Amino acid sequence: MSTSPRAAQQKFEPWKDPEAKPYVRIEKITKQFGDFLAVDDVSLDIYKKEIFCLLGASGCGKTTLLRMLAGFERPTSGRIYIDGVDMTSIPPYERPVNMMFQSYAVFPHMTVEQNVAFGLKQEGLPRTEIAKRVVDMLDLVKLGQFAKRKPHQLSGGQRQRVALARSLVKKPKLLLLDEPLAALDKKLREHTQFELINIQETLGVTFIVVTHDQEEAMTLSSRIGLMNHGEIIQVGTPSEMYEYPASRFAAEFIGSVNMFEGRLIEDEPSYVRIECDDLEVPIYVDHGISSSPGATVWAAIRPEKIMMSREKPQQADNWASAIVQDIAYMGDMSIYLLRLDSGKVVRITQPNTYRHADDRITWDERVHLSWHPESPVVVTK
Amino acid sequence: MTARLKRLGLRGRNLVTAVPYLWLIVFFLIPFAIVLKISFSTTQIAMPPYEPLLHWAGEKMLQIQLNLANFAFLVQDDLYGTAYLNSIWVAGVSTLICLLIGYPIAYAIARSSPSTRNILMLLVVLPFWTSFLLRVYAWIGILKNNGLLNNFLLWIGVIDQPFQMLQTDFAVYVGIVYSYLPFMILPLYANLEKLDLTLLEAAEDLGCRPWQAFYKVTLPLSKPGIIAGCLLVFIPAVGEFVIPSLLGDPGMLMIGKVLWTEFFNNRDWPVASAVAIALLLFLVIPIMFYQRAQDAEAGGGVHR
Ligand SMILES: Nc1ncnc2c1ncn2[C@@H]1O[C@H](COP(=O)(O)OP(=O)(O)O)[C@@H](O)[C@H]1O
Ligand SMILES: [Mg+2]
Repeated sequence: MSTSPRAAQQKFEPWKDPEAKPYVRIEKITKQFGDFLAVDDVSLDIYKKEIFCLLGASGCGKTTLLRMLAGFERPTSGRIYIDGVDMTSIPPYERPVNMMFQSYAVFPHMTVEQNVAFGLKQEGLPRTEIAKRVVDMLDLVKLGQFAKRKPHQLSGGQRQRVALARSLVKKPKLLLLDEPLAALDKKLREHTQFELINIQETLGVTFIVVTHDQEEAMTLSSRIGLMNHGEIIQVGTPSEMYEYPASRFAAEFIGSVNMFEGRLIEDEPSYVRIECDDLEVPIYVDHGISSSPGATVWAAIRPEKIMMSREKPQQADNWASAIVQDIAYMGDMSIYLLRLDSGKVVRITQPNTYRHADDRITWDERVHLSWHPESPVVVTK
Repeated sequence: MTARLKRLGLRGRNLVTAVPYLWLIVFFLIPFAIVLKISFSTTQIAMPPYEPLLHWAGEKMLQIQLNLANFAFLVQDDLYGTAYLNSIWVAGVSTLICLLIGYPIAYAIARSSPSTRNILMLLVVLPFWTSFLLRVYAWIGILKNNGLLNNFLLWIGVIDQPFQMLQTDFAVYVGIVYSYLPFMILPLYANLEKLDLTLLEAAEDLGCRPWQAFYKVTLPLSKPGIIAGCLLVFIPAVGEFVIPSLLGDPGMLMIGKVLWTEFFNNRDWPVASAVAIALLLFLVIPIMFYQRAQDAEAGGGVHR
């Protein structure tokens, strides 16, 4: 999993500050198309200078939510506040918000320069100021030498930057980006992710980014709002989303995970024990959960948090025995698919720390898996 | 084997591209050459009613005789100049009216739901199912002094005696606009229908009110449609003969009528041909250059 460059910075967590006022407040927003619920009772608070990612599978209502923020769709019910002002019925051309469209929507009949100047001319700014801001913005997105070109003479990546420059040059309080990188190839996408973050930090704009790509969301965002069927499932920082998923859906959507279904057999405030049909010994988790004994729960364990050895572990809980079914060598790490005696396949990853390791575990070997009591995340839905 | 197939394939492709050229040669270039030839000839009472350009002078000498008098005649008699200007004026005004009526119609059709769109387009081309001549005759019935329109106006009391509409310029404009409107709507619709609506949203997002977005995005992007529609209306309207002779003032000079008179009343084929050639040179050649300039500006851009 990629690490967010934000992790290295000093803590930026306005959502933890009870004093902080949200910059964008989405209040019980619902949008219906006919009798189809595209966005279902969504409430979100987004703070100044955040990069907030709306993450979810295609068709889950991300674009619709973004279009309501931009003013292209009227919510069926609920309200939207930006900087404390009710924006629900303000038309798009009067909102302090700009949107970068998924298709970029660059004007084909205008040069790069004219595209970027478009919004400023609309504001009626003096010509010299427009010229200066356009030049500065084109420099920022490294399009200076393409100023006189028409869009059809540009590559996809360059068009994407024209669209970005065109919406940023207006100095919006809030920039909405609909799948900004989806049309770029992998290399360019990774590079552009970091550029986007740099630009966002330089200008101090608040970003709301829509994406279906969980890795992109992890890289870009200060927080992620995970959506499914029009609902917000969970909101959290990338590491919260990864380490503390609140549901099976969240655990499985972000990263890969081994999910063990079981019953709660011991339920204490400081620990729980879960009995699983797939495992010979119970799963022991070193924190309590709020559920009643006998309830069906799921223990989610990430692949990198499972250890593998030829020797049988000494502990009573938290281990399993399995046969190596498949190994995928990925360069930096290897993925092992291990078949438990019940038939369930468990996925684990191991870093390839050494270049040559002659005694590496290989196909069809019998191995033992184990994990720390803190590793499993127990979810009840 | 493959080489031979390739050669065959290439030949097949050449054949396909040859079809439009062949069509243009047979139905445009050859008739044009014949008319051009006649325009340099001299009229005579015979069959055909003009002298051949080529003479046998003596045994082995072929003599070509070009008569430029027909073209000189067009310049000397200002009847022709007046007729040309009149025709261009009438065609120009009609084209403008067609554009003003056709653009909103094409726009509305392009923005309606896909199912109604097809029905509306069918209605636009429906008049083509009846004869053009019949439809122009029908306008006589509507516009004449005791026709439909006058009777209606008398009945609602807007006027107290019939209003002379037939045999006026007004009737000619009505006839031309009515007949050629579909030729304006079709290319405009084809253009407006493929406009990417997110471009309009982008314009609104950048601060345009809807009408400003129309003016700054829709209108410039529909330029190819506007040009195509205007040419499709303007070019045939300049040479229009049927509508001015049926609906217009008999004294009104239009180049199509002059052409008819020269051919059938005066039987002066050479002068009539010269009129036709001059019309072509005046209209088509500037339009060709204009289109080439347009293409160069578009640079193989959006609408390709
Ligand atoms: N204008 C519309 N009319 C009817 N249904 C729509 C409209 N816009 C979106 N939808 C539906 O709403 C759902 C969510 O769409 P969207 O917000 O575009 O999803 P996402 O961006 O997450 O892929 C989809 O099922 C889509 O078909
Ligand atoms: Mg979308």
